Amino acid sequence: MTTRKITPRPERQWMNPYLAGVLLGLVLFAAFFITGNGLGASGGFQRILAWVEDLIVPNHVNTNGYLANYAGGSKNPLDLWIVPLLIGVPIGGFISSWFSGRFIVRTGKGPGISVKTRWTFAFIGGAIMGFGARFARGCTSGQALSGGAVLSVGSWAFMFAMFAGGYAVAWFVRKLWN
Amino acid sequence: MHVLAIAPFPIEADLGKWLAYGLYMIIGMLFGAALEQAGFAYSPNLAAQFYLKDMRVLKVMFTAIITAMTLIFLSSGIGILDYAKVFVDPTYLWPGIVGGIIMGVGFTIGGFCPGTSATAAATGSIDALFYLGGMFTGVFAFGESVDRFAEFWYGWSMGRFTIPEWLHLSTGVVVLLVILVALVFFWAAEWFEKKFGGVDKKTLPRARYVGAAVFVVLGLVAVLIGQPGWEQKWDRISVEKEAALANREVQIDPGEMLELMNNNKVKLVILDVRPESEYNLFHLAWSQQVDPSNEAIQALVSELKDNPAKTAVVTVSNGEAEATQAWKVLVAEGVPNVYILSGGLNGWLDIFAGPDIRPVTYPVADNESRFVFASAIGSAYSASYPDIEAYELDYTPKVELAAKTGPEAGGCG
Repeated sequence: MTTRKITPRPERQWMNPYLAGVLLGLVLFAAFFITGNGLGASGGFQRILAWVEDLIVPNHVNTNGYLANYAGGSKNPLDLWIVPLLIGVPIGGFISSWFSGRFIVRTGKGPGISVKTRWTFAFIGGAIMGFGARFARGCTSGQALSGGAVLSVGSWAFMFAMFAGGYAVAWFVRKLWN
Repeated sequence: MHVLAIAPFPIEADLGKWLAYGLYMIIGMLFGAALEQAGFAYSPNLAAQFYLKDMRVLKVMFTAIITAMTLIFLSSGIGILDYAKVFVDPTYLWPGIVGGIIMGVGFTIGGFCPGTSATAAATGSIDALFYLGGMFTGVFAFGESVDRFAEFWYGWSMGRFTIPEWLHLSTGVVVLLVILVALVFFWAAEWFEKKFGGVDKKTLPRARYVGAAVFVVLGLVAVLIGQPGWEQKWDRISVEKEAALANREVQIDPGEMLELMNNNKVKLVILDVRPESEYNLFHLAWSQQVDPSNEAIQALVSELKDNPAKTAVVTVSNGEAEATQAWKVLVAEGVPNVYILSGGLNGWLDIFAGPDIRPVTYPVADNESRFVFASAIGSAYSASYPDIEAYELDYTPKVELAAKTGPEAGGCG
């Protein structure tokens, strides 16, 4: 019996950013056109978390005004379009990376730091981002992309604030990436 | 007559919840695939944006925004998409800015944003798993602490507030301006890449100039075709709505109106479209005076749409003519739950006028008041808010508070 080794497809370069942008824009347009909703991510994470909290400490969820809005009483926080949409994101990402030869187990990092340092800062950055995304009522997808395309004033203010925050801190953490 | 459905579609009602959720999952898959193709599953690509070496993030984001924006407003311009039913992230100005700054910091340190981390984790990026763990921690911390700064976080609310409304420019002009701003950003991005990333501009495909030209042309088309006014929107729904008017499905009797005024489970908005002088003489309690011009009525639309789902809007005039016209504008613009006071204020006063309000003894036109008021005391008359206990009124209830027509919790709801 011969064993067949699964050989990944040869790695292909990422798409030209303008072309990828048009592709992403078409997906965004299709979402708005068909459903009236744009794209989103962080709201889905919030709902999954609220669901877990509601399983463990339902009383706490019911008495916290913010969480009760998602999972108070008999509300099912997972029962909203953004949750299936978020579930689709990693599936689509996986399929796309597999067929482009880019499914690679690795840690993306700058050359000057260890893998463990990168993991630590990925966690810290993720925590800051998670907090900020809820503060802003949306993330790069839900606010910047979706709100930007339908010309929401708040989304554009958010977008410039996000770039400003990123550039303001970039010099201090330059060792992470350079 | 069959009226062609206009996007967006009520897919949860049409397809059933599970099929609709399946469709959302497919959209999510396409979203994840587009992010992966863009190179957003590899954190150094994303962080490079903040060191001006590789401006991939800005290029992809702004190209996606102008692509979707142009298609949305061209579709709306030719009447196949109802922009009023498209979810627009409500503006909470300063909370959004503060949250944006915090997110930018997290972006540079963590190397992902929430959507890209979900994609990256599925393509083998181990750092994305740590990022996701951090993100759930941050989301948790927000939920536990938001009560401490709730006043700020719930403040600065401006509702559905769009750039054309802010700049007082037509939508088409704003679309063209955003395209031009994006092109300037792309030019600057390529300049930075050359200076800090050593990118030779000659290696970039020339086709991008063609793309830029296409966008400018589409932007000009958006300016030329404009956006539909309330008349065009009315034309699309006039068959159905004229029937509702003729069958008197939306004219509520004084009895139901009085019940609504006493119902504290429903938010009631009363729009009085008579001239201000008549309003000053007498008006219903809690009513607001609005100039009867179509423009003044339209200016109220976005405010009315930001009301909670259980809101009824009632238009009133002396007769029904002006109130019906205001009703048409509001309904065409997609305001939910709008009604007309049946018989107008004349009909109202036939029932409720006290001794200080006398009927006139000479004939008047339908749209004039049939009553004389002792003094201009506005809503201090007993007829402004009659005692519901003192009357027993029969009426056929017509108010049905439909769910909001637009998506309620879009974006990252």
